[in-house]
Amino acid sequence: MTVSFLILAVITVGGTAAAMGLRNAVHCVLALTVGFAGVAALYLQLGAQFVGFTQIMVYVGAVAILAVFAIMMTHNPGLVERTVVSKHWLAGSVVAAAVFAVLASAIGRSAATLQQHSPQPVVTVQQIGDSLMHQYVLPLEIMGLLLTAALIGAVVIAMDRKEETK
Amino acid sequence: MSPLQGYLTLSALLFSIGLAGALTRRNAILVLIGIELMLNAANLNFIAFWRFGPHPAALTGIMFAIFSISVAAAEAAVGLAIILAAYRHSRTTDLDKMNSLKG
Repeated sequence: MTVSFLILAVITVGGTAAAMGLRNAVHCVLALTVGFAGVAALYLQLGAQFVGFTQIMVYVGAVAILAVFAIMMTHNPGLVERTVVSKHWLAGSVVAAAVFAVLASAIGRSAATLQQHSPQPVVTVQQIGDSLMHQYVLPLEIMGLLLTAALIGAVVIAMDRKEETK
Repeated sequence: MSPLQGYLTLSALLFSIGLAGALTRRNAILVLIGIELMLNAANLNFIAFWRFGPHPAALTGIMFAIFSISVAAAEAAVGLAIILAAYRHSRTTDLDKMNSLKG
């Protein structure tokens, strides 16, 4: 439990809580990028540099920008929102708080977390590439297929059908 | 509190924040973002267990996190495309008003 971990934890939780709590959707996504960057910094602190920079590229770089584009394309200025939360907000908050209570008590009581401090493992990008090309080559190929299918599927779903009928 | 407990508690907090957002927000895009936050919490668990686990040289946690990030990116792209298609049809992203499956 170091000071840097506490600082990063406060930044991450603050960013994500603001992302789920602010009224303006664009502000929510901006706060979300802070939260994602905090998680990436936690990965760097844990010694997983490759995953940390992947997190920055994929989440801060792609997912947040995609969400901003979606918010701008679906913005309806004629509609004034009375409230940002749904009518079942109380039940949702209670369920989320209960889930956190169960998880926190399980973590607090678990014997698996009471082990000695282990040395920081050193992982190079070459090791990750080697194991992606040998041990994990089949999952890698399936992932490529999945990403291609998702790309084509997203374009087909979001395509404007009125253009075809003309 | 051991370091692993700290990371797991932080991850549980992130998961709960994402779950609260996904269950209470009315904007469909922010619900999707809440689901992304829950996936992020799971990834943080993978990396924390890899770092403090008995076999950090096996790279299993890192590989799982990388594949999980890829699946989350594909899911975000398809999810936002579905929200755009639904918006084009019903002119709203308010989930309380999207109460009809029939087109």
